[in-house]
Amino acid sequence: MTKDKGNVVVLEDVVVKFAGDSGDGMQLAGTLFSDNTALVGEDFVTFPDYPAEIRAPHNTVAGVSGFQIHFGSKAVISSGDRADVLVAMNPASLKSNMPNVKRGGTIIVDADTFVGDAITKAGYTENPLTNDSLLDYHVIAAPITSMTREAQKELNVDVKNADKCRNIYALGIVYFLFHRDLDPTVKYFEKKFAKKPEFIETNKRVLVAGYTYAESVSANATTFIVDKYPLSKGRYRYITGNLATSWGFLAAAEKSGLQLYQGSYPITPATDILVELEGRRDLGVKAYQAEDEIAGITSAIGAAYAGALAITTTSGPGLSLKSEALGLAVMTELPIVIVDVQRGGPSTGLPTKTEQSDLNQALYGRNGECPIPVIAASMPGNCFRFAYEASKIAVEHMTPVILLTDGYIANGTEVIKIPKVADLPDFNIPYAKPNDPDYAPYRRDETTFVPEWAIPGMEGLRHRVGGLEKENISGAVSTAPDNHELMCNYRRKKVEYIVNCIGDQEVIGDQEGDMLIIGWGGTYGALRNSLDEIRKECPGKKIGLAQFNYINPLPKNTEDIFKKFKKLIVCELNFGQFANYLRTQFEGYHFDQYNKVKGQPFMVSELVDAYKKLMEE
Amino acid sequence: MANIFNLTKEDFASDQMVKWCPGCGDHAILAALRKVLPQAGKKKEDILVVSGIGCSSRAPYYVNTYGMHCIHGRALPIASGAKIANPNLSVWVTTGDGDSLAIGGNHFIHCLRRNMDIKVILFNNQIYGLTKGQYSPTSPFGKVTKTSPMGTIEDPFNPGELAIGAGGTFFARSFDISMPIMDEILLAAAEHTGTALVEVLQNCMIYNNGAHSYYTDKESRADRIIHVEDGKPMLFGKDMNKGIRLNKETNQLEVVTLGENGVTIDDILVHNPHQTNRGLQLMIAQMKGPDFPIAVGVIRDISKPCYSELMLQQIETAKAHTKFKCVDDLLNSGNTWDVE
Repeated sequence: MTKDKGNVVVLEDVVVKFAGDSGDGMQLAGTLFSDNTALVGEDFVTFPDYPAEIRAPHNTVAGVSGFQIHFGSKAVISSGDRADVLVAMNPASLKSNMPNVKRGGTIIVDADTFVGDAITKAGYTENPLTNDSLLDYHVIAAPITSMTREAQKELNVDVKNADKCRNIYALGIVYFLFHRDLDPTVKYFEKKFAKKPEFIETNKRVLVAGYTYAESVSANATTFIVDKYPLSKGRYRYITGNLATSWGFLAAAEKSGLQLYQGSYPITPATDILVELEGRRDLGVKAYQAEDEIAGITSAIGAAYAGALAITTTSGPGLSLKSEALGLAVMTELPIVIVDVQRGGPSTGLPTKTEQSDLNQALYGRNGECPIPVIAASMPGNCFRFAYEASKIAVEHMTPVILLTDGYIANGTEVIKIPKVADLPDFNIPYAKPNDPDYAPYRRDETTFVPEWAIPGMEGLRHRVGGLEKENISGAVSTAPDNHELMCNYRRKKVEYIVNCIGDQEVIGDQEGDMLIIGWGGTYGALRNSLDEIRKECPGKKIGLAQFNYINPLPKNTEDIFKKFKKLIVCELNFGQFANYLRTQFEGYHFDQYNKVKGQPFMVSELVDAYKKLMEE
Repeated sequence: MANIFNLTKEDFASDQMVKWCPGCGDHAILAALRKVLPQAGKKKEDILVVSGIGCSSRAPYYVNTYGMHCIHGRALPIASGAKIANPNLSVWVTTGDGDSLAIGGNHFIHCLRRNMDIKVILFNNQIYGLTKGQYSPTSPFGKVTKTSPMGTIEDPFNPGELAIGAGGTFFARSFDISMPIMDEILLAAAEHTGTALVEVLQNCMIYNNGAHSYYTDKESRADRIIHVEDGKPMLFGKDMNKGIRLNKETNQLEVVTLGENGVTIDDILVHNPHQTNRGLQLMIAQMKGPDFPIAVGVIRDISKPCYSELMLQQIETAKAHTKFKCVDDLLNSGNTWDVE
């Protein structure tokens, strides 16, 4: 569609937020826009933001469901701070999202919904479209509801069904603003509704109607062009963190030749991993929806003893329930991976919101001397890599491994270059040899302290494991004082040895100088953007970023990095759990902190302010 | 199933010293277990014994197979995971009334509901022995123990009732002193596909001595215990002249005497453990003194596909119909695009 489009602005990156009542189809509109963005060839990251209730009260701020996409002609690594374009399908979604719209940004609203109760239910005292409150913004007040019905008038659609396409009308408007081609989305309708052809026509008409509406009323409005991001040659897709996690385990199973077993209980925001793997019987996955969190992990321990690559997936409250069984996995030295998709805590907390406050629990939340390797993914896409690595560490070192992700990266999407299983590192599994006359359950490799994996079915290796302390080598039950300390030390040294298998910590930006930003896990996108921003704003300062993925053990060169900077600031979505952990590991360093516990990811602006303040001190 | 690998009970004795109290009923159960394992139709390497915590849960150490002695209450999910991962294993669980009916109660009912192919031997001594004498979920109402000095004020579970109610496919009961019946029911459990719950009413010499003596006392035993057998009329008593009849008016079981009030052998209920409808079996499992004799033997044994089998079937079906043959297929599925 070529036509004079008035004022065209070329942008390097843009944030668009779709917001509406839950049930308004905002996740679908966002996903369709993401698909379209992929085809244009821009890089992007998305983040859905939805209420904990499936259908919260209509037209309330509590019921607002959102989908944010950040795309650009440069590498995009976070879902972005403030929106350039907001789609608000009702007053409540405008109300809750206004604080996060850039001044001068474009706001598309369904003007039909700004009447009566809906305005007051949203918390407004008067209609925000008719007073001065939006003067600083470019507002497209489109009668989306009535125009959506109008577009389907000739098709004999009842009002209820007609209104289900309101999201598509809004999408049409956004497509116009970004000069998008409608064909791929029409093709999507043709495929999706192949069995219900009437819906192809309704959705198509509504999409086109939205587009032409915008074209006609906004002839002089600003539209945007974002160039392609020059990706390297290859095949690409976008993927959510939870899907990447699931597929990382599948890849690990295929590469290692092990059967993948999952024992899990549904819990937000980790459920999607169970849903995906329950659907992968076709790849031989044995996914088991257990009766509770404890049965999830203990069944995984049973499966690991029986020779499977066993995982259990959960969120904070579930990890609490699994604590005792984690100790059993440490004691029996069986390889399992526990995924904690962190959410706001404590207790039930903020199930659909993100936080990094399970770190202490992952590191310490068990009885006894009970070390477990902890690693954290930092982007939706690299959940694949870290699920794979967690599996590899678990199996090669015969230990449970905790993989931390969080609601932000688990539900967010990122464009990734599709990996090939053939290119992934091989597994070196410490199997015992059947009929080995010298086999003993706690005979260990002298360097790595790893015992062998003797699996039921293997001849001549029958033995008993359990939660009681065992005698070194023989595995007989033992309460001997020296033996207990010896075994505790072996389990500790086995985990410490893993430091030799994880590589060095990378520093982004300046490698030495004034300030090191320290983060871990899912805050990478915001911290990386904040690094670029602070270096731009303070060109005289030398600033670097160390974003940790390996938490226990920490990479060997960690202290060498800390030595090279005058100031160290640890930024995390909790009250300082990683900072305190670092204090226990490295004496004589002062770690400043920037913390946030709001269930929301960091904003670049708040981070930059914190850095400036620290550097002025 | 048969002893196709020519194993003996000696093959299943481990090198570990058995540390139960002298005279404990557990010794008899262990002996019966070692005797039945050769009949499991498996090599020693393909047998796994799993347990939780409690006196009963020490059993895996004393059986020369693969074994796991785990954490309190969790033997069943651990065993379930192992069985799902390797359906070729013959999986046995030894547990107690506290382990599986208190802390592990949730796993107990769900394991039965799913018909996991696991043989569960429930050592029921109606007391917490390893923690030295607190009441358990099977202690009778009013039982005085260290934690119920004025007597308990809660009704006990009847494990058979619970198991059958939860949809269990196999329930059998014995006393620890009845070796022939233990042999009989463990063999039947070994041959059953699905969750086989074997309740052994076991005596704790130290903390609950004589808990079952109402039934097991030599003089009155014959009148207070009924051995139920497939296809046989339910007769008991010293002279085998008492029987169980289903009263057609009340739809309840009752004890009758042959020859009295015109009762003949034809009035006596013939036991059928294979009947799918669980009504009668439930009533038989519920029988207790003083109105009834307690039933031992195989009370319920019906055939139904087990969980691990059904999962394998689903995997086979899914593999036959999928477009994904490997992880690369999956990674390249859906919306992908090429950059030249």
